[in-house]
Amino acid sequence: MDTVTNSPAPAGKGRRTLKRRLADFFVSLYRVNQFILRFFKEAFLPPFELKETVRQCFEVGVRSFTLISLTGFIVGVIFTKQSRPSLSSFGATSWLPSLVSIAILRALAPLVTALIAAGKVGSSIGAELGSMRVTEQIDAMEVSGTKPFKYLVCTRVLATTLTIPILATYTAFIALLGGYLNVATNEGTSYITFMEQVFEPISFLDFTAAIIKSVVFGFTIGIVGCYQGYYSTKGTEGVGKAANGAVVTAMFLVFVEEILIVQIVGWFR
Amino acid sequence: MEKVKADIDYKNSVISIRGLRKAFDDFQVLRGIDLDLYQGENLVVLGRSGSGKSVLIKIISGLLTPDKGDVTVLGKKVNKISDKELQELRIRIGFSFQASALYDSMTVRKNLEFPLVRNRRHITRKEINTAVETVLDAVSLSQTINQMPSELSGGQRKRIGIARTLILNPEIMLYDEPTAGLDPITCIEINDLINEVQQRYNTSSIIITHDLTCAKSTGDRIAMLLDGQFQRVGTFEEVFNTEDERVKPFFEYNFIQ
Repeated sequence: MDTVTNSPAPAGKGRRTLKRRLADFFVSLYRVNQFILRFFKEAFLPPFELKETVRQCFEVGVRSFTLISLTGFIVGVIFTKQSRPSLSSFGATSWLPSLVSIAILRALAPLVTALIAAGKVGSSIGAELGSMRVTEQIDAMEVSGTKPFKYLVCTRVLATTLTIPILATYTAFIALLGGYLNVATNEGTSYITFMEQVFEPISFLDFTAAIIKSVVFGFTIGIVGCYQGYYSTKGTEGVGKAANGAVVTAMFLVFVEEILIVQIVGWFR
Repeated sequence: MEKVKADIDYKNSVISIRGLRKAFDDFQVLRGIDLDLYQGENLVVLGRSGSGKSVLIKIISGLLTPDKGDVTVLGKKVNKISDKELQELRIRIGFSFQASALYDSMTVRKNLEFPLVRNRRHITRKEINTAVETVLDAVSLSQTINQMPSELSGGQRKRIGIARTLILNPEIMLYDEPTAGLDPITCIEINDLINEVQQRYNTSSIIITHDLTCAKSTGDRIAMLLDGQFQRVGTFEEVFNTEDERVKPFFEYNFIQ
């Protein structure tokens, strides 16, 4: 009969494991760095995969459109509804459109769009490339003298980088529409008055920062999804891991980038 | 179909391997391999699963890098050339994968066009259509042109995989387990196709298999890979006319059972 021992691992073994993990961490950092550099090297050199890039943009947009429309609208309604009691307690409900617009344009629209895209698009890129890797389709492209990195990675990263800012702008409008419907129902504010108040506190910097943020988020989602899929191993288990890793890592990085960008924009404000 | 005697130029080796070694972690897969593939020849590499047969052709095509040794393909040292040169060399090598590796999201037509339009940038639509029809005709699957890979049988997928490599008119063909997972009749069809490709396209081929029927009907020469080295190289009869206990079970399993 097999016996199970619960004795702790020897100290030397523990140190070796830690050393190995640290080494693995730095190796993967190096690989990610190489992957990003390769993207910039290959994406902007001819021949361009224009048709495939456009197709991927369409895919990214279509995949997230319904969910983003629904989520954007709900975010607008809920945020307006939840903010009203605080403002009404000191008689400032007329500031509601301004508050909603600042929250949506500066933070919620890019963030919500990025998180949804990370879940929908990032996972699908990770799974798609992962399955192409394990079924040797990427190897088949390579041995036929074509450049799979350009065709598979560059097109997808460009697509997420270009499409997510557009989707974020759309999310902002849908969320504002949700906010307007709530405000109009409760306060009877007209559409024109609402829109005047929405754009009053918004500066050019807010728009620019939101777009830059979405570009960074889009790039991150594309690169992470592609990296996880392109280097996936271990058969079908690897495909699952690639999809999961794409979502978790992209979401985590999106939050980190949000904090960094908010700090940087704060210096310019 | 009976194997027609091939026109082999034994003075001209298209692949030359010297002292090739490859290990994965602590496991030595290839332990100093020497091999020549001659112009017009079909060379079958036989060996047990995990003996490094597929590793060998992946090194030849530049998908894996060797730890030691030289691999010269069509006069170029695969492990010592630039990425651009490797890409150019790969156009001259066809690789048929074990699981066909057809692009799932593309129709048969798109699968065949993919390498062609990317390697011959100025090719016209008419030339593309002609090339696609020619290779589909060569593998007798013209009717599948608009089908998706998921709609094809295992044998059809193998044939389309071969057609996709033929579209670039390769000088060398590398077949990885061409008959694995197929019924006996389809195996015979694939073996015939390999011989037909050799005759019609004048290719030199390495066929990786552990199917002795395939080895016998397609190979001009057999190389037996055992313990990371080629233990026996010669004609089918030369290789299996032995009392070697590591070789005999192959023959007995395939032809007696």
